[in-house]
Amino acid sequence: MKVRVEITRRASISDPEGTTVARGLRDLGYDEVGEVHMGRTIHLDIAGDDPDAVMDRVDEMCRRLLANPVIEDYVITVEEPA
Amino acid sequence: MTQRVAVVVFPGTNCEHDVVHALDLLGVDARLVFHKETSLDGFAGVVLPGGFAHGDYLRTGAIARFSPIMTEVARFAEIGRPVLGICNGFQILCEAGLLPGALVENRDLRFVCRPIHLRVESTGSVLTGSAAVGDVLEIPLNSYEGNYVADTDVLDELERTGGVVLRYCDPGGDVSDAANPNGAARSIAGVARGSVAGLMPHPERAVEAILGSADGLSLLRSFVDSLTPSRV
Repeated sequence: MKVRVEITRRASISDPEGTTVARGLRDLGYDEVGEVHMGRTIHLDIAGDDPDAVMDRVDEMCRRLLANPVIEDYVITVEEPA
Repeated sequence: MTQRVAVVVFPGTNCEHDVVHALDLLGVDARLVFHKETSLDGFAGVVLPGGFAHGDYLRTGAIARFSPIMTEVARFAEIGRPVLGICNGFQILCEAGLLPGALVENRDLRFVCRPIHLRVESTGSVLTGSAAVGDVLEIPLNSYEGNYVADTDVLDELERTGGVVLRYCDPGGDVSDAANPNGAARSIAGVARGSVAGLMPHPERAVEAILGSADGLSLLRSFVDSLTPSRV
């Protein structure tokens, strides 16, 4: 099944890229822009038909490699249940 | 007896020869060890040099921490044998959990490559044991992800335990936002825990007058002085 992992900087950790993009948007006149957080999206194709089991495995992958829990949060979404 | 130090080479490491040269100057038998090796038997200490291990893919140091040699590096940390990470090596040690915190992109989103000043904050580490608190050193910085971050409680704990070993400062030794080249939390340039230390600047590039500064010797000499005779 297809799984999407979205990784963002934890709120307590500085995000210079997000801050710069927010400033850029405000410079363009988008005064309504508050905080901006940059992140990365990882698309995974995972063999298996049990969404819970797949979620558990991907969660482990996030903790071990895909995200750094010291600075990042992640959200896992099963996009296409088998 | 001449001490033997391992200088680990990952795919993408590019400062290993400079580190070997600097350690040679200090009378150490420094040897390159490929990251696929699984033993550091006979080495009294290990250095993870700078570069772009595994192309910095995913995050700096994220892939390198799973290299076979890292099990041995972790064992060295556990038994109290000196481990030093310089620049990318520091990033790897943080990713591996051998040092607290992480390194993220510089505050101004610019690669910083110039000599900067550092103030020695604590001498209870393998990186600063032979220096003096308050020493100001001029050493090159060369990084994009050099911005040290950690949670407030982690930073407080580091401060309390002498784990903050180097801070960015101006030539007079004053720490300020203006003298902080990359936005690092509390101007932290180097940290230590147990026998493990890491720093973003490159002491190996400041070891001879012809390089513009020999201040890096003070840090590398501390590392060498912390070595105990090689044993298995």
